[in-house]
Amino acid sequence: MRKNLNVIAAYSIMMGLIILVGIFQSWNIALSIFNLCLISAVMTMGANIQWGYAGLINFGIMGFTALGGLAAVLISVNPVQEAWSAGGTNILLSLFLIIGIVLAVRFVLKKYQKTKIRNYVIAAIIISGIIIIRLVSEPGIEAIEEVNPARTGFLGGLGLPIIFSWIVGAFFAGGLAFVIGKVALGLRADYLAIATLLISEIVIAIIKHEDWLTRGVKNVIGLKRPAPYEVNLQQTDWFINLVEKFNSGKLVLISDITERQAALNQFVIEGSSIFVKLCYSGLFLVVVIILLILTQKALYSPWGRMMRAIRDNEEAANAMGKNVVKQHLLIFVLGSAIVGIAGAMLVTQDGLFTPGSYRPLRYTFLIWVMVIVGGSGNNFGAILGGFVVWFLWIEAAPIGLYLVNLTTAGLDDTHFLKVHLIESVPYFRFLMMGIGLLLIMRYRPKGILPEKIEIK
Amino acid sequence: MDFINAIILLLNYIFVPALVYGSQLALGAIFVTLIYGILRFANFATGDMMSFGTMFVILFTWYLQSYGISFGVLPTALLAIPFAIIFMVSYMLIIDKFVFKYYRSNKSPPVQLAMVSIGVMFVTQAVVRIIIGPSDRRFFDGEKFLIKAGEFKEMTGLNEGLAIKSTQVITIIVTLILVSTLFWFLNKTKTGKSMRAYSDNEDLALLSGIDPKKIVMTTWVIAGILATIGGTLYGLDKSFKPFTYFNNMLPIFAAAIVGGIGNPFGAFLGGYVIAFSEILLTYAYKKFFMYILPESMEPDGLIQLLSTDYKFAVSFSILVIVLLYRPSGIFKGKVL
Repeated sequence: MRKNLNVIAAYSIMMGLIILVGIFQSWNIALSIFNLCLISAVMTMGANIQWGYAGLINFGIMGFTALGGLAAVLISVNPVQEAWSAGGTNILLSLFLIIGIVLAVRFVLKKYQKTKIRNYVIAAIIISGIIIIRLVSEPGIEAIEEVNPARTGFLGGLGLPIIFSWIVGAFFAGGLAFVIGKVALGLRADYLAIATLLISEIVIAIIKHEDWLTRGVKNVIGLKRPAPYEVNLQQTDWFINLVEKFNSGKLVLISDITERQAALNQFVIEGSSIFVKLCYSGLFLVVVIILLILTQKALYSPWGRMMRAIRDNEEAANAMGKNVVKQHLLIFVLGSAIVGIAGAMLVTQDGLFTPGSYRPLRYTFLIWVMVIVGGSGNNFGAILGGFVVWFLWIEAAPIGLYLVNLTTAGLDDTHFLKVHLIESVPYFRFLMMGIGLLLIMRYRPKGILPEKIEIK
Repeated sequence: MDFINAIILLLNYIFVPALVYGSQLALGAIFVTLIYGILRFANFATGDMMSFGTMFVILFTWYLQSYGISFGVLPTALLAIPFAIIFMVSYMLIIDKFVFKYYRSNKSPPVQLAMVSIGVMFVTQAVVRIIIGPSDRRFFDGEKFLIKAGEFKEMTGLNEGLAIKSTQVITIIVTLILVSTLFWFLNKTKTGKSMRAYSDNEDLALLSGIDPKKIVMTTWVIAGILATIGGTLYGLDKSFKPFTYFNNMLPIFAAAIVGGIGNPFGAFLGGYVIAFSEILLTYAYKKFFMYILPESMEPDGLIQLLSTDYKFAVSFSILVIVLLYRPSGIFKGKVL
């Protein structure tokens, strides 16, 4: 118990802060912060597995998040029959062609010795393949994008419940990670960082511009929900009764019947959005707890010990007969898959998929700040990092506003400096993140909750 | 005649823009490479440092303009650059003293320094946005075109016009002057040689009495000059927006690594490699083929290898290919 005192203390303080937001701002804001904290925690767990367990730098988190989001779209949206009949065959044909090219390249790689001619043959296969694919797919893509472009203009998805996409998102992200890992994991640490950063930009470029698959920057809105809709809740009896029971103390004070009814309606509207958010919180919490149990088990298993050995001294681990390359690939895939889950969860919560909103600052660098601040190598630390940093990211604007008002209290309200500072309050969050990261890296390089390895 | 038209077309839409964009990337890439070669870390704050320098140029330009000072046909920003460089260099030296120095003296691994540079990135970005705001700003004044497309057509009687903006000429000339001075400095002066020695083998350089403090300071000064001028040239030619500058970090990294990180000459050429391949692969060649092919063979489509949306993706793919097959870059990296 005493050993874990700092963990318990840190988490209680964090929960206390969120509850304070609930009391002073509103429970709606508190819950949406809490939900995004949980999603961030999943992302940090993914990054932490890669960085904390194995020392791999993955600056491509944004790409994996977006792939998870794409999975949510492809699973939950109803298929657009017209688009399928217009261009489906071309797209399927292109897909087979891609598989054919990959198989052909593999065949050449396996069958022939490494020569210059082999390289030229592979290049020829790929280039001619791309040209054929473009010729095949172009009419199909155009036909699909012409089907009711204002509302669909894409192939749609499978029409399954969106919750399946959390698993599919993991597979998407893991698949991409497998490909990236196969080609890029041999690079030195900082090269790997740059390579993954750029690859994630390529992923985003594809998602943004392949309208037939993702609707691109036209966004996909109105995704299915795993939780009830507010409008439906507001009309169900049991929910109204529940809200009435909760607020009976306040309602009794109002004597007038029409006024009481109006107050009750207000409570029901507020309550419904809180209830929906609570549903999401429950779902997310389940994911976080399952992942936490799995990652903790892995960390203290023989496999976890091996990963740490590889991280701390690759050559020695290699000499002991551990397959470093294979383990790196495995952990890269696992970590990225977890990030993919988070990406799908994020889109599920928002109910919309906006490829334009994926930016490296928010989805890559911020997650890294979370990992470093929380404590790399420690799952509790990573989750805490997700909570603390996201909380500050959201609350930075109010805090910044307060600070600006405090420091410029002597100035007139129309003074240009004060107006300018108040306008730029949103950017205080960058300042806070940067200074926070620098301070932590300098004075507590292992994070708030440092990695502890107990030998049991 | 058609053949000349085709050549002018390529010059106007591919060669000149790529040369200009390449020069802008090259300055940034040399900045990245210098930091990597001497201070030994990948600086993720590159783009934001460039926007920081450009911000001061803009502020000084406004200041000069408010006094009615201008540079004739040339943009006022060129006058403001020296003042901005002073601020930029002092900012970089302050950052180095309070942030990077600690890790350098502790001999931290490069990865940790890269992480720290992300912190610097956040702070710089915030400072820029708080001072000048996130919006798009143009600060170009003076004569806009050296040759207008219409005038060129009249002069030569061709169908295709060649437009040359004055910012394009300024970019190329300034880049050439700056880069040749830099190479002269690195190859001929004593400080430059000691910088190269330090980059090549730190211990040996220290043994032969090279002062590391002086090397580091000189590096930041040069980096500050490059970042300010590179950022300003980009801003003059296109426009200044903090977010674009942050994104420019990616092709700049690509250029530096493609050329062989740590090698300034490689970085210089890498900038052009990236710029030319981006523009060559995303240009629609329809009109070009219309000029050089007989009428019966005229193409139907745009003859575009990749849509312009994938401009960035091209440079990143080149980088990934280079990293995989020749991690030291086209020119051998890690030697200044």
